[in-house]
Amino acid sequence: MNITSGLKLGSALAIASLTLSACASSDPLNTPAGNASGETIVVGSANFPENVILGEVYAQALEQAGFKIERKLNIGAREVLFDQIKNCTLNVVPEYNQALLAFVSPETKAKGTTEVDEALAKVLPEDLKVLKSSAAQDNNAVVVTADTAAKNNIKTLDDLAGKAPEWTFGGPTEWESRPDGYLGLQNNYGLNFKEYKVLDYSGPITISALDKGDIQAGLLFSTTPQIKSSGYVVLEDPKDSLGVNNITPLLCAKAVPDKARSILDSISSSLSTEELTAMNASYVLDKEDAADVAATWLKDQDIK
Amino acid sequence: MFDMNWVMRNADDILGLLRDHLTLSFIPILLGLMLAIPIGVACVRWAWIYPIALAMSTAFFAIPSIALFVFMLPYTGLSQLTAIIPLTLYTVSLLVRNVVDGIRSTDDSVRQAAAAMGYGGIHRLVSVELPIAAPVILGGLRIATVANIGMVAVVSVMGLSSLGDLFVDGTQRFFLTPILVGIVLTTALAVVADLVLVAVQRRLTPWSQAGRNR
Amino acid sequence: MNPFELVSGWFQDPANWSGATGIPSRIAEHLQYSLLAMLIAALIAIPFGLVLGHLNRGEIVVLTIANSIRALPTLGLLTLLVILAGIGLLPPLIALIVLAIPPMLVNTFEGIRNVDRFTVDAARGIGLRGPSILWSVEAPVALPLILLGARLAAIQVISAATIAAYVGLGGLGRYIFDGLGRRDFSQVIGGSVLVALLAIATELFFVTLGAAVVSKGVTRRSKKIFTATGLGIIPGVRRKATT
Repeated sequence: MNITSGLKLGSALAIASLTLSACASSDPLNTPAGNASGETIVVGSANFPENVILGEVYAQALEQAGFKIERKLNIGAREVLFDQIKNCTLNVVPEYNQALLAFVSPETKAKGTTEVDEALAKVLPEDLKVLKSSAAQDNNAVVVTADTAAKNNIKTLDDLAGKAPEWTFGGPTEWESRPDGYLGLQNNYGLNFKEYKVLDYSGPITISALDKGDIQAGLLFSTTPQIKSSGYVVLEDPKDSLGVNNITPLLCAKAVPDKARSILDSISSSLSTEELTAMNASYVLDKEDAADVAATWLKDQDIK
Repeated sequence: MFDMNWVMRNADDILGLLRDHLTLSFIPILLGLMLAIPIGVACVRWAWIYPIALAMSTAFFAIPSIALFVFMLPYTGLSQLTAIIPLTLYTVSLLVRNVVDGIRSTDDSVRQAAAAMGYGGIHRLVSVELPIAAPVILGGLRIATVANIGMVAVVSVMGLSSLGDLFVDGTQRFFLTPILVGIVLTTALAVVADLVLVAVQRRLTPWSQAGRNR
Repeated sequence: MNPFELVSGWFQDPANWSGATGIPSRIAEHLQYSLLAMLIAALIAIPFGLVLGHLNRGEIVVLTIANSIRALPTLGLLTLLVILAGIGLLPPLIALIVLAIPPMLVNTFEGIRNVDRFTVDAARGIGLRGPSILWSVEAPVALPLILLGARLAAIQVISAATIAAYVGLGGLGRYIFDGLGRRDFSQVIGGSVLVALLAIATELFFVTLGAAVVSKGVTRRSKKIFTATGLGIIPGVRRKATT
């Protein structure tokens, strides 16, 4: 084969792969800026299990009501997620009111669902809107293993004060400096651990570290199914340092018509913390598919 | 430990991930090759550029891919460009050395013969030097392709679609099946791509097969 | 604030240079993971490469194994090991070892194999046999390529050692993942710059090592016999020894 046929082969390969890319699901150059005409609603979610389930729940409920839905679940960085809904590439995202507020406005002092929701409505950019929060919460929870709790008689965050200087705390990276996070623990309960180990967001790394004793106390999300299955003890927070964290739909306002909003409201009012935890357990522990878990829950509800 | 049921139920999604992974692997390879050849030629023509280019490629290639993807995020958002641009640059970093060494491996006598036959600059480059450089360039291309296919999985950590989604999902749920499927598919993809390139190399350079005695 | 200002600010902040999360400690951790992985990988890859290259056996097997190992996705391997072995040093260490083996194996193997036959014959002629040919003649002549393989492996390992942070360990990857989590791009860029600098330092180390250790006689000849491309011996590319 001489160089001419080599060049032909090369161009054929090039054309083939460019065609392949054109058929690929995401257009590399053009991300649609959302849908003002309200035809397709883009439902996004972050890439941890609970949020994927919630995304599926929203998507399926909206589909059942007749909307065309595009799913972009499993988005990694919160940065990206927020930017994408700000520019309306995503139209609906299941959010958490206090976490979102802390992200947008870190110096906030709002406490409690009502205050947090009001503060959110004020600080969010024009095009974004939050709907009414659900009673269901996925809160930050400081946990210890059942063993640790029993041996040291620990039930509340106050009880940690004595042991903290000898122990290691494990949590997500940006939680360390949040006033409703580790900072709050230090200020409100005087907890000063030997070390704050940066692990993950209530994921396998934190759970493994707890089980193996690499950390003695850790931050888990309250709906994490391993809390029940491994018998971790969630420490009580009498001074309300950790606050709330209700499930709250975040919208790009112009892309979500009223009918869709009422569906989302209906989901919010039907969802309870126990049901959310149960869905997590099915998805994470029983390895069921997110779509099935969402469908099962929706079947029992009356979403209009 | 391996849930075949899960694979069957999610076959469609898995194929979608495979397709996205293919796109993100091959476009950078092609673009990288197309950029590396002119850059390599320039380095041969103006030899003083080469050490600089070499230093820059080494430094660049050492930058962890996740850092580059994160760096691109504010500029290219969640589109495939966020992955394609850094991966293309990685490929160029890998290939420049090969292009230069490949072109330089042409014997002087061959070059002189070509000149004597009337082959001027570009013509000689395309008809003589590049074909002789082809095995070395293709060798580098093979390595770059395999490396790329592995690196693409990292974009799933940020939320772009690729076979890496299977690793992320599997880790979060302590679920072995998606991870195994992801490893098998990614490895198979890399092995097949490598074999294809070996075949291409054999077709393009029949003379390198002559005298295969060792 | 543009990236340059961000990063120089980060480097100039004295708080970033002290303590367990300071730059020196992170660099030390990073080097620990990398060195450990390189050592173990070298202990596996180089002996195999030396012996098989000397015996000129198993070309297909060696190259196939090396290529297949290269094809394994590092992230996939890491997550698989984490599920199987739990969080700790072992998963990232094994993933890094797997990454480092192919370049060293292939380059050592081909390096020894491609030693000029005349040289080996001469060695036999003066009475050397088997293993002594390997030690006294083939290995020194192949040294540039063996070192090249080690150099390539080292660069890859230094870059990939950032994944240790993905599973909760330390090293320079910490800056990248923490920076991502805290929206602190100065950390991300700073960490990446440090990794790149470490890689350049490694290159310089190997170049110096090569100059010091490789015999001058080999250096003069190697330009003709070995095509020392950036990627070392390319598996499957035949090269005839020229004299």
